[in-house]
Amino acid sequence: MSNEKSCCCSAESCCSTETITPFNKNDEWVTGEIHTPKGKVPVVSTKLHFKDVLGAWKVRWGMGMMNYKISPGLYAVGKPDHTSPVLVSANYKLTFDVLRKELSGLDCWILILDTKGINVWCAAGKGTFGTDELVDRISKTGLSEIVSHRKLVLPQLGAPGVSAHKVTQGTGFSVIYGPVRAKDIKAFLDSNCNATKEMRTVKFTAWNRLVLTPVELVAAAKISLKVFGVLFLINLLAARPFGLPDFIAYMGAVLTGTVITPLLLPAIPGRAFAWKGWLLGLLWTLGFIWYNGWFAPGFLLLAIGYLLVLPSLSAYLAMNFTGSSTYTSFSGVIKEMKIAVPLIALSTVAGIVLVLIESL
Amino acid sequence: MKLRYLKNVATLRLSAEKCNGCGRCAEVCPHGVFSVNERKAKIEDKDCCMECGACAKNCPAQAITVNSGVGCAQAVIKGWLTGSEPSCDCSSSEGCC
Ligand code: SF4
Ligand code: SF4
Repeated sequence: MSNEKSCCCSAESCCSTETITPFNKNDEWVTGEIHTPKGKVPVVSTKLHFKDVLGAWKVRWGMGMMNYKISPGLYAVGKPDHTSPVLVSANYKLTFDVLRKELSGLDCWILILDTKGINVWCAAGKGTFGTDELVDRISKTGLSEIVSHRKLVLPQLGAPGVSAHKVTQGTGFSVIYGPVRAKDIKAFLDSNCNATKEMRTVKFTAWNRLVLTPVELVAAAKISLKVFGVLFLINLLAARPFGLPDFIAYMGAVLTGTVITPLLLPAIPGRAFAWKGWLLGLLWTLGFIWYNGWFAPGFLLLAIGYLLVLPSLSAYLAMNFTGSSTYTSFSGVIKEMKIAVPLIALSTVAGIVLVLIESL
Repeated sequence: MKLRYLKNVATLRLSAEKCNGCGRCAEVCPHGVFSVNERKAKIEDKDCCMECGACAKNCPAQAITVNSGVGCAQAVIKGWLTGSEPSCDCSSSEGCC
């Protein structure tokens, strides 16, 4: 790395007052600049490069989730002019990538709000994707002098953070909520900004659920390492040391809670997540114990112990998936937890005691 | 298959007198909870409501109330432990709370 690169302010690109949105010239996704009455705006590519794909992959696996963001401001796609539509989005790079990928062949503006690198839905919940930031960003970028119309297209999932009528009061721009999914943007713009009911509805497909599981799995693995550490210590004085079968039983319960339950969600009877996780965890544990022949008299304590611990573990992990799901309500989660958490805690403690009695 | 969560817990309320029939609630709801006919909004399926608060926030007539919050167990646990409002702390994970 040369010295010149480290200080961006010596370069003409980012401190010039004429540039509306600062950007890094080395970023592959910026293909050029476009001039507007208010200054220069970066033009972005509608193709994803290898680096973008790699970045997305890393985020999914919980590596380097922080700081995956771009500068807030105005961006251009294609060759937009003062009549082109304005799409609003968040400055989380993954969100931005998903959006621009769908815009090939279009001429439009993208107004990126500063959501601190968080996706639209979460940022709307926190209020960073919100009325104030939007009003602020419109005036900072001078948008009203760049476009002659007064229409903004917001992602529908940003609606919990934004009061459309207040934005209109504050800026004169009217807000239209676009489709939930970026892939429907083209059809939406082509149909004169009419979203079908289908475009408006959040879905939670098996694939949606699957891509969310790695993060849960990595988080569970981190805690598991501590569990293994404790077991290792116990092994030093145990009469029946923990071995491979115990490890498999445990990992099975973790996988059941973090991956299998989310995947099979609609197919598992019942509604509460903890219940669904517990049910599958129970099936797994029963199957495993039976396979190992632990229903024999000598192992009975161990079997009952595991039947208390492992399904509870799956239940707890499955309950955590409520945070990733797109249909659980606050009141619902509270209701579920008030029942599930004490049961999980009791059952786990009782189970651990039994397993330890058997092992020590 | 439509996924459904617990029954009869959603805190969603609609005041039909205040409603001016603008249709915004039906536009923003990600679960199609509202229908608007003859310039009056109606709650079609309350159990589908995930309490995101979009409808209440965007209703110009303040006809809707909902106790909105994050439907996320980890956030709730943290709220219980620290005695604060549950809020999600997902720095930037994709499908967070
Ligand atoms: S947003 Fe409010 S005023 Fe408009 S239709 Fe819905 S309830 Fe009625
Ligand atoms: S709170 Fe959200 S999910 Fe519930 S009715 Fe309003 S917009 Fe729909």
